[in-house]
Formats: sequence, C-alpha cells, structure tokens
Amino acid sequence: MVPVPCRVMRTYQETGDTFTLELESLSQDGFSFRPGQFNMLYIHGVGEVPISISGDPHKPESVVHTVRVVGIVTWGIKKLRRRDFLGIRGPFGTPWPVDLAEGNDVVIVAGGIGLAPLRPAIYDILARREKFGKFVLLYGTRGPSDILYFRQLEDWRARFDFDLHVTVDRAFGPWKGNVGVVTTLIPKAHFDPVNTVALICGPEVMMRFTILELLKKGIPEDKIFISMERNMKCGIGLCGHCQFGPHIVCRDGPVFPYSAVRHLLGIREI
Amino acid sequence: METLQPILAEHPFFQKLEPEYLALITGCASNVKFDAGTYIFREGEEAHHFYLIRQGKVGLEIFIPELGPVTVQTAGEGELIGWSWLVPPYEWHFDGQALELTRAIALNAKCLRQKCEADHDLGYQLLKRFVTIMEQRLQATRLQLLDLYGSRT
Ligand SMILES: Cc1cc2nc3c(=O)[nH]c(=O)nc-3n(C[C@H](O)[C@H](O)[C@H](O)COP(=O)(O)OP(=O)(O)OC[C@H]3O[C@@H](n4cnc5c(N)ncnc54)[C@H](O)[C@@H]3O)c2cc1C
Ligand code: FES
Repeated sequence: MVPVPCRVMRTYQETGDTFTLELESLSQDGFSFRPGQFNMLYIHGVGEVPISISGDPHKPESVVHTVRVVGIVTWGIKKLRRRDFLGIRGPFGTPWPVDLAEGNDVVIVAGGIGLAPLRPAIYDILARREKFGKFVLLYGTRGPSDILYFRQLEDWRARFDFDLHVTVDRAFGPWKGNVGVVTTLIPKAHFDPVNTVALICGPEVMMRFTILELLKKGIPEDKIFISMERNMKCGIGLCGHCQFGPHIVCRDGPVFPYSAVRHLLGIREI
Repeated sequence: METLQPILAEHPFFQKLEPEYLALITGCASNVKFDAGTYIFREGEEAHHFYLIRQGKVGLEIFIPELGPVTVQTAGEGELIGWSWLVPPYEWHFDGQALELTRAIALNAKCLRQKCEADHDLGYQLLKRFVTIMEQRLQATRLQLLDLYGSRT
C-alpha cells in the first residue's frame, strides 16, 4: 500500500511541543475512519510514523492529526505549511468500542497526548449522546500549558451532559484547577461501575495505575479498553515490528480489551 | 444544641466509625469557612488543625524562590488535608491556600492527640484512616515524580 499525497489545509499549535494538522480529504467521498484508528504519515526522504486520527468521524471532509514533536519525522511534519503535501496510508487498526458502549455509562481517562486518539470517540458519543448514560472525561497532563484542546475542553465543560475534569501534575502561577495525577480523579467520579465502559489512553504506567483504580471502583475487566503504542513500520501486519506478546499491535490493536493484554502489561522486554 | 456529629458521620473519612468515637472526635471539631485566596496555613507554622473539606478546593503549595508558589496537590469536597498534626514537631510542610470559597470541618490537633493518648482504640481507628490516605498520596506522588508526560507518551 503506497502513501497517497494529501494537502495541508491548516496547522495550529496546541502546546509548546504539540500541534494539530488538518489535511484535505483523500477522495471525493471524504475520509472515513472509526475512532481510535491511526494513519501512517509519510514525509518524503525522511520517514513514516503512525499517528492517531484526532478529528471528528462525522466530518469526513478533512483528516485531522495531533502530533507531538519528539524526533526526525514528527519534526518534519511540524515544518509543513499550508498547501504542502504529506503522504498518508490508512486508516489502520482496531477502533474504540463506542457502539458496544451504548446503553452504558462511559468513562474516558486520558493522559497527555493520549487525549488525541480519544477525541474522535468523544465526538462520536456527543453526536448521539442520548444513547449513553453518564459520560465522564478525566484528563491529566503535565502542567496547565500542556493541556490539549484547551478551548474545546472549556466548551465541553459547559455542557450539562458531560462531566469533565482536568488535572495537572504540577502548577506554577495562577492555575486554580486540580493538581495531582489523573488517577486521583477516579474515586471522585460518578458513574455506575458495573454498567460502565472505560476507554483509556496515555503512557503505559499511567494506564496501569488507572486500570487498578477503575477495577477498585468495580468496573468489570472486560469493559476496560486501552490503546497501546508500539514502534511500527508497515502498519498492516506484515513486518512484525510492532509485536506485543502474541499480538501485532497495528493489526490486532492499537485498541485492546484490557483482558486481552492484562498479562503483558508491565512485563519487561516484550 | 446541634452538633457537628451528623456532618462528620457523612464525611468519607469517617465512614463506618463507631458513634462513640465520632462523639469523642466531635468534641474537637469546629465549622470553618475560607474565602478564595485565603492562606489557611503556611509552611513552618504549627499544625493546630487538620481539615475535612465539605465544599471548595484547597491547594498545597511550595514556595520556590525565583519561581514563586508551585501547587503540588489540590484537595476538594470529601477529602482531607493535613497530617502534620500527627508527627512531631507538628509543623506544616506546605502552604495551604483556599482556591475557591471553601467550607470545612477543622479538627483541633491538641484536643485529638490528648483523646488518642487516653483512648488508644480511638487512636488506632484514626491512624488506620490516615495510613490509607498516606498510602494513596504516596502512590500519587510516585507517579508525579515519574513525570510521565515529559518524555514518552
Ligand atoms: C498506534 C500509534 C498511534 C500514535 N498516535 C500518535 C499521535 O496521535 N500523536 C503523536 O504525536 N504520536 C503518536 N504516536 C507516536 C508516534 O508514532 C511517535 O512519536 C513517532 O513515531 C516518533 O517518530 P520520530 O521520527 O519523530 O521520532 P524518533 O526519531 O523515532 O524518536 C525520537 C525520540 O523520541 C522517542 N519516541 C519514539 N516514539 C515515541 C513516542 N511514541 N512517544 C514519545 N517519544 C517517542 C524515541 O525514543 C527517541 O528518543 C503513535 C504511535 C502509535 C504506535
Ligand atoms: S508495523 Fe509491521 S506488523 Fe505492525
């Protein structure tokens, strides 16, 4: 599968090291994907990286990615300007089980840039809000200046049907919000544990401790879903680069039920 | 006269505590209110109280010269601040600022220490509850120290 060239429509800086990229849709029918899936983004002569889709699945006219600059390829993406081209392959991978969550309360726990792969699920749930019970988003990040989608979070927080809490690990200056790791928000959140589906994305350690708190609250293991990151090359299950125990993350994931990967979390050198 | 006992009984910290102990603790309790921006205590001051927050939010801050105050933790409704009153020399290690209008129950440290010395069962019940909170806070602090979002996410 070769990358299809896509034109950059807009870029905007989210935080010091993270930006969002809006690309023109690939075909006349638009770009369709399911929340939680990712694309391989290719910069000619530099390389290719997996990046989750962070846009609205109900707006197929554009492809949206939120990227944190950590190395050569992400830096190459950052340098793109309006009307520049970028190669795209995708969408790949398993989605968040939003349909399966219908009729349940939904708790989303995001850490850092982990909010990006979860945003399409939030859009999707809000688009058919009446199909779900309580809807809770718990988002933790490093400091107030690292909060992704700040304005959008403010808008969402103003809704009466969305219980949203943000916390930061530490705060300098005038921040009046919560301070403490994201797991500290879980005991205080209101939902009916046995009828709740939880979606988690963030650094692996954060996910492990989040799962412990959610289990303590009484959410059944089979209703907890996480998104795993592994280095990737082909993105389509051929090269084995993204192997995680018996799983090939690009094909069997990135979204896994916790019960499928429980025994692998926290194990060294998988 | 109305006492604070029913309010204490409802606070998560005192869940399932025997009424006889609650009655003893109520004797050390008072209702307090802090406007947003008020410093409830300052680092180095004697810890005369600990607080069960009923409403509002309190930030625990450390003052770093050249950086100013850094908030390291907040506590809100249903939570508790302060265990310095339990450990000699009974001094606060942080500044505590009400970030919003905050209503709390203040528990007098000397009064409680005396009652715990006189009745070790009461002391044990209180310590059990504090140890649980200390364990949770230690766990959270360890995660904070890892600076999870700093390098790899
Ligand atoms: C399924 C999936 C979805 C992803 N979604 C997103 C997303 O939505 N947004 C996003 O910004 N990133 C996402 N990533 C991570 C992204 O793929 C990597 O950050 C990217 O491959 C790094 O490439 P690079 O060439 O810029 O850095 P490299 O040159 O490969 O690495 C530079 C430095 O960054 C470190 N590094 C490598 N990978 C990561 C990582 N994942 N996080 C932090 N540091 C890393 C390396 O150890 C190295 O020190 C996702 C990864 C996967 C597997
Ligand atoms: S990246 Fe090649 S198998 Fe997953």
